[in-house]
Amino acid sequence: MREITYRQALNEALDEEMARDPDVFLMGEDIAIYGGAYGVTMDLLKKYGERRVIDTPISEAAIVGSGLGAALLGMRPVVEIMYVDFIGLAMDQLNNQVAKIRYMFGGKCTVPLTIRTEGGAGRTLGAHHSQSLEAWLMHIPGIKVVMPGTPADAKGLLKSAIREDNPIMFIEHKMLYNLKGPVPDGEYLIPIGKADVKKEGKDVTLISYSRMLQFSLEAAKVLEKDGISAEVVDMRTLLPLDMETVCASVRKTNRAVIVEEDTKTAGAGAEIGMRIIEEAFDHLDAPVLRIAGADVPMPKAPNLEKLAIPSVESIVKGVREVLA
Amino acid sequence: MEITKDQARFLLKQMMEIRYFEDKIMELLSKNIAEGGSHLYAGMEAVAVGVISSLLPDDYIVSTHRGHGHAIAKDGDLKALMAEILGKKTGVCKGKGGSLHLADLNKGNLGANGIVGGGLGIATGAGLAIKLKNRSQIVVSFFGDGAVNNGIWHECLNMAALWKLPVLYLCENNLYAMSVSVSRASCVPQLEKRAAGYGIPSDCVDGMDVLAVKEAATKWIEYVRSGSGPCLLVCNTYRYYGHSRSDPRVYRTKEEEKRYREMDAIETFAKKCVKNGWLSEKEVQELDAFVRNEIEEATDFAIKSPLPDPSELYTDLYA
Repeated sequence: MREITYRQALNEALDEEMARDPDVFLMGEDIAIYGGAYGVTMDLLKKYGERRVIDTPISEAAIVGSGLGAALLGMRPVVEIMYVDFIGLAMDQLNNQVAKIRYMFGGKCTVPLTIRTEGGAGRTLGAHHSQSLEAWLMHIPGIKVVMPGTPADAKGLLKSAIREDNPIMFIEHKMLYNLKGPVPDGEYLIPIGKADVKKEGKDVTLISYSRMLQFSLEAAKVLEKDGISAEVVDMRTLLPLDMETVCASVRKTNRAVIVEEDTKTAGAGAEIGMRIIEEAFDHLDAPVLRIAGADVPMPKAPNLEKLAIPSVESIVKGVREVLA
Repeated sequence: MEITKDQARFLLKQMMEIRYFEDKIMELLSKNIAEGGSHLYAGMEAVAVGVISSLLPDDYIVSTHRGHGHAIAKDGDLKALMAEILGKKTGVCKGKGGSLHLADLNKGNLGANGIVGGGLGIATGAGLAIKLKNRSQIVVSFFGDGAVNNGIWHECLNMAALWKLPVLYLCENNLYAMSVSVSRASCVPQLEKRAAGYGIPSDCVDGMDVLAVKEAATKWIEYVRSGSGPCLLVCNTYRYYGHSRSDPRVYRTKEEEKRYREMDAIETFAKKCVKNGWLSEKEVQELDAFVRNEIEEATDFAIKSPLPDPSELYTDLYA
């Protein structure tokens, strides 16, 4: 299979969906002439013109809010919030308007809106450009939260998101844009709301998503050398959670380690872990362990930034504790 | 402004519907038949009716937290609206929205809103969709004098002006954002002046005079529909009731309230109808009785309607 980057995969997804459906259009800061802060929308302006690839003012609330208005009238907007850290500026629009409007109106509208953004640490950008805010977003009934961890998933999930009649928070990871991986030729979709077993194993289940999936896969390789067989589950979607896939794995391995980049307190892993306890407690041979981000604003210094998020080493160490 | 007999009757009827609807809700609230709260539109009828009667049926509106009047004027079904306010299954949103979320997309009402300024983005995006789809509709974005100090208000006016979107930004200046008067909240209390910052035209009109509102709205709707971009129309008006039912109205005087009651939009217009020969006194009285009966029927329907089935808790969340 051909190998392309996560960035190229996302670009292909946008390109294909724009070619397929004239109601799809892109809107966001620096996405047109510049091609996006991380280059995901590169060259789409040339191909689709300025009516469908729209540079906006720096107005996050209006970007999300007008995306909603356009979606209500039947367009399929894909709006970009440059960094997930900026979503606070649009949080009323997302939480009070986008997420709730269908329910509040008794189901009499659909909101086919995709909000693309990226998050995570790794580029020493400091506390305003490195956060993982998925747990905030998981607390909003009415949206779905998607966080791809491979190029193939990035493409298939983004195409599904654009075709969904529900609002999607699609959170990419800045450290994955250059990651190369196998991506099928031609048309395919990855379903939203379905986790994926990325590596089978029998001794412990590593549950992760986004960049931490890559760390977990590396940790699994290290553990393999010690004769520890780790199964790696990629959540892919954080809202709704596919607990069926997670619990099936936990029932098999009897041990669960959640690897998440967001801050530990009330993070995504708190929800996943509690759900494992509710749904598969009898199958656990050890307490569920979370390997998570430190409860601090992301520091600038490269050594501190590395310490603030899980590493392959901390994952390996955690798994060994759970198996001890 | 010259109008026909039918138009006069229509304007008066809609204003009466709004007034008696709101008076009825006040009554239901005081009897605890209606639970929760409601922001009542009584006193401001000339604005919703003057503006919305000047639109075409497939134009859109985006409403506010004080949205009953807009919903009624946008061809809302009185029974379904009343039922919604009581949280009933037969409500326009199946009882899941309530007073703050009245909406009827089929009739072009993109919804009231519980957040001041919350609808600005929806209106602007609706304008963008209309432009991208090369349609000839327009959007009226209603908001109050409080919303103009929200960040998204500025974001949206800038964006709409930049892209020449077909949106009429309609400020209902009723002098108070809950308790804080315009002069205590806005450094430039002539709110229409703000349009200069976005390079768009603006206008200010007596919002207690339905024909004055209609005349100005007609002019600016035409401007917006012609593709010239958005504009800002300020209607100076007054709400008779407090911000909500618990409001003791200590921030304004009884004299001020009396002064506005004396220029009541409905009474003034009814007199004008008789004076100009558009309606006879008898016709006005008959209309009044007809509307009162409509409101009684709607109330009866709403009260007798069942609450939503418990199974509805988890429906309508996702498509």
